[in-house]
Amino acid sequence: MEAPAIELRNISKSFGYITANKNINLTVNKGEILSLLGENGSGKTTLMNMISGIYYPDAGQIFIDGKEVVIKTPKDAFDYRIGMIHQHFKLVDIFSAAENIVLGLRNEKFNIKQSTAQIKKISEQYGFDIDPSKKIYEMSVSEKQTVEIIKVLYRGADILILDEPTAVLTPQETEKLFAVLRRMKEDGKSIIIITHKLHEVLSISDKVAVLRKGEYIGTVNTAETNESELTEMMVGKKISLNIDRSEPVDPQDRLVINKLNCINSDGLKVLDNVSFTAKSGEILGVAGIAGSGQKELLEAIAGLQKLESGEIIYNNPKTNSSDNLRDKTPLQIRELGVRLSFVPEDRLGMGLVGNMDIVDNMMLRSYKKGKSVFLERKKPRTLAEKVVSDLEVSTPGIETPVRRLSGGNVQKVLVGREIAAAPTVLMAAYPVRGLDINSSYLIYNLLNEQKEKGVAVIFVGEDLDVLIELCDKIVVMSSGSVSGIVDARTSTKEEIGFLMTKKAEGGNSNE
Amino acid sequence: MIATIASFITAAIIQGIPLLYGSLGEIITEKSGNLNLGIPGIMYVGGISGIIGGYIYEKSVEAPNPILCIIISLAASLAGSALMSLIYAFLTQTLKANQNVTGLALTTFGVGIGNFFGGSLLKLFNESGSISLLETGKAYKTVLPFASKLGLFGETFLSFGFLAYSAIIIAIITSFILNKTRTGLNLRAIGENPATADAAGINVNKYKYLSTVFGGMIAGLGGLYFVMDYTAGAWTNNGFGDRGWLAIAIVIFALWKPKSAIFSSFIFGGLYIICVYIPGLSSSAKEIIKMLPYIVTILVLIFISAKNKKEHQPPQSLGLTYFREER
Repeated sequence: MEAPAIELRNISKSFGYITANKNINLTVNKGEILSLLGENGSGKTTLMNMISGIYYPDAGQIFIDGKEVVIKTPKDAFDYRIGMIHQHFKLVDIFSAAENIVLGLRNEKFNIKQSTAQIKKISEQYGFDIDPSKKIYEMSVSEKQTVEIIKVLYRGADILILDEPTAVLTPQETEKLFAVLRRMKEDGKSIIIITHKLHEVLSISDKVAVLRKGEYIGTVNTAETNESELTEMMVGKKISLNIDRSEPVDPQDRLVINKLNCINSDGLKVLDNVSFTAKSGEILGVAGIAGSGQKELLEAIAGLQKLESGEIIYNNPKTNSSDNLRDKTPLQIRELGVRLSFVPEDRLGMGLVGNMDIVDNMMLRSYKKGKSVFLERKKPRTLAEKVVSDLEVSTPGIETPVRRLSGGNVQKVLVGREIAAAPTVLMAAYPVRGLDINSSYLIYNLLNEQKEKGVAVIFVGEDLDVLIELCDKIVVMSSGSVSGIVDARTSTKEEIGFLMTKKAEGGNSNE
Repeated sequence: MIATIASFITAAIIQGIPLLYGSLGEIITEKSGNLNLGIPGIMYVGGISGIIGGYIYEKSVEAPNPILCIIISLAASLAGSALMSLIYAFLTQTLKANQNVTGLALTTFGVGIGNFFGGSLLKLFNESGSISLLETGKAYKTVLPFASKLGLFGETFLSFGFLAYSAIIIAIITSFILNKTRTGLNLRAIGENPATADAAGINVNKYKYLSTVFGGMIAGLGGLYFVMDYTAGAWTNNGFGDRGWLAIAIVIFALWKPKSAIFSSFIFGGLYIICVYIPGLSSSAKEIIKMLPYIVTILVLIFISAKNKKEHQPPQSLGLTYFREER
């Protein structure tokens, strides 16, 4: 039997004390498409980065065509004919497609005409639709992706790795991409595709390998499996966390979200008819694969995101009046008591100023309160001291710049400040990401405290176990739309996991 | 009238040549993403280094050989400006210092060096008076032998020393390298998106270093042309004036294109000198007219920003320090 095109044996990799990959085994044969399935943070991209020479594994072996190889740099990967198409395109905007494709090549003469002919040949062979002289900045996302794919084919890649290639594509474009991938497969190329959309996994791949929290769960043949088996492999069995959860007291409609639509700068629909209601005294969870519209949703509520249509009705408990937050500035929204805390995709950038100390960061929210031209530092100082002692922030002192604090302590400073303003709506996105167990529980307790005070808490999380034990209701998002709203007390991980990967309704109808 | 216009054109070209060198140097540097605001200082150093080299040579021999005069002062000038731009490259690339701050500091430093040696060179050799390199100046000003026989055309367009023609040749070669070779493609990719270039296997650091040093050396020739050809070997402190900044303005005016820089330089050279050719101007009116190049630059900036055409924008990562992503 022919040796597999690529084989990984017991690959492990850790960053600091976090294990990203543990004893992973994978085999891909020639002319085979393997899907790599897993939730966010399950280590898919890390694993692929080790094959493409961006990271170097701590342990384990990689075999290409049956021979053990060492891949230390992206160039080594090229030499073994491995090409990776990253999620974030690496293209020069003002260059043409052809210029981008030949960029950095050393082994051939620089001749755009000749290269263009070669690109056209590749395009015809696999059915790409591309104009090599078109500038990148004039291209759609899917055209850019095509350029990236041709780039690796031009370099003679036989093993292609695609990192969530369909995340940025419309259903029609996805179909086109899959047609190209199938043609490559017939041509004998080996393809690894990272994805978490189950229906795509089933339609394109021959085999599915599943990772969960950095561990290798197993490989199954696509023909012998189904969505529910894959979901179970992906999310795993339920783990009990023992987070306290009280019954909501006198819940009132606080925030009514009605049919929000939002289109981002790439022209992609990131929010699609999103509707739900957040009640006072409840924790509303938001579950979903990263990039399913959670960030845009929170920013829309905070007044930071431009919307195409829809309304956000806020029922003010103090005045009993209802306002549409879409008509308000972020500052007015804040003054109503709607608070956005933690956006850890950019934790320091959006919430705190890294070079300023804790006191000054407290003042960022109160600078409008002073009456004279001089700063009033007494109250922020008291607040800073209170936050540090209440939340057990470990810091040399309140005059320490926050960028010197560890991630967990930065989170505590941020949440402490937002809670101090006595919010009526508190939004928290991934508040425990990167925190140790104890700090995580501290944050859960803080959120519970707020809930008991009658605050409507919106909690965007990624760990389904936490969502199920902490929240009262869970809104599940999938590609910008709400795929389901479930009761956290009765729902299961499988149900939520299935909703997360559910295909957007009304999408690809020609399947 | 025709004679006046002809002499104006000649003057505009003469004024334009140092600007052309400066702007070419800056274009080459900026294409790699380095915004070198030290160019005015580097041009000063290019000038004074040439003077020092030529002066020592003229002092050390009885009858200076014109060819050696040129070679020695040219080599000294190139070495001086290379050293200056190496400082810039080291600070911004290796030590990741802020480009703007480094550049401005370098300009102040370069002007200071020029004026220091301009004032003390004669004292170091126990002489008095002012610096004047007769032989070297004469060598640089040698024109094509047949120029004077071609009448007005020859006087207007061919009456320059070799450095003037070299500037135009360098501009054309630069344009060719940037647009038609792999080296140029790689360099432009780095200025636009260094992470992409890095991922494509291009040595970002090497390219940035080399383009900064080459660019600095070419800019330094502008200073050399000024002291050797324009002032015929004489140095006056601050004589070079604000031409370095004008050169940086031309980079914007020419939209980062070397060939456009040729004509832009001559236009700016003309605007710089036109006040002399308008009769009956008060001295304050002259100063206002001297501002024209800067006003034009601001207008160009407004225009390209409003039009927002991608090809007319500065290199996308201009002024940004590139860190390869850790982790």
